[in-house]
Amino acid sequence: MSQGEAAALDHEYTTTGQPSRKMLMWAFIGSECMFFGTLITTYLVYHGHNVQGPYPKDLLSVPFISVTTFVLLMSSLMMVLALSAVQRGQKKWTRVYLFLTPFLGMIFLGGQVIEFTHFAHSGLSLSRNLFGSTFFVLTGFHGAHVTVGVIWLLTLWVQSLRGKLGPEHSLTVEIAGLYWHFVDVVWVVLFTVIYLMQGVHT
Amino acid sequence: MEAAMEGNVSEQAVAGHSEPHTSNRTYVGVAAVLAVLTALEVMVFFLPSLKPVMVPILLVLMAAKFGLVILFFMHLKFDSKVFSFLFAGPLLIAGAVALAVIVLYINYGAGKGG
Repeated sequence: MSQGEAAALDHEYTTTGQPSRKMLMWAFIGSECMFFGTLITTYLVYHGHNVQGPYPKDLLSVPFISVTTFVLLMSSLMMVLALSAVQRGQKKWTRVYLFLTPFLGMIFLGGQVIEFTHFAHSGLSLSRNLFGSTFFVLTGFHGAHVTVGVIWLLTLWVQSLRGKLGPEHSLTVEIAGLYWHFVDVVWVVLFTVIYLMQGVHT
Repeated sequence: MEAAMEGNVSEQAVAGHSEPHTSNRTYVGVAAVLAVLTALEVMVFFLPSLKPVMVPILLVLMAAKFGLVILFFMHLKFDSKVFSFLFAGPLLIAGAVALAVIVLYINYGAGKGG
């Protein structure tokens, strides 16, 4: 190994001994906690203060969203199995799990599209009432994050199909996985706050 | 000098490689628990007899699911504590700000002279 290559490899690690890219992703996830924290807080303080309908209880369907929540949870399982397959050099399973993860993410997004369309046809919009404003901004930003994750994972899947995703690239998959699990964990909170606690007011 | 540098780099193994954190069996087990907890949440929502204690139960179940995902799927249980601090710090700040805003809104918000 040349001195230049060795120096480049040294830059992959921070002074903590941890990979720079992984540190960066965790720092980003920390900032995302604060971002979603503000949106969730805004939703909570305005919850139950609508002067006109439609109201959450008229629109939110817990059975429907429970199914899409389950789908997103299972996509997280596919993600860790994909990482495990990459780390163990199992090319076939890497491809299978790296396809199933964004596929389940797309099903979740499809559910969100159906839900948003139904709400819009029922008269809810961003400017209709406080519920519309806070609900669409919060779940819309989450959906945008899922979309970014789906695109990212599909690019990794294409790389695996081309045979360019071996064990030496497992950190790349792990970092994408951290993002995907964070998106999942945000939904764990949103599912409870928006759908299951819809009758609780501040 | 060059030999010493090569030694350092080889200790770090290959830059883009990461080792398996735990077994696939553990991952599947955690996913099964997550599915059961989600089913419990939905059950609590639909049971009228649990209405008075619904909020604390739902918050506990949510926290359990949150913890399982970050500890096992995001590997905080197995990884360096540096990552735990990078995550927990901003999470605590977000939680504290959220709590402060909610308390302020309840006491001084719309309809209460605010």
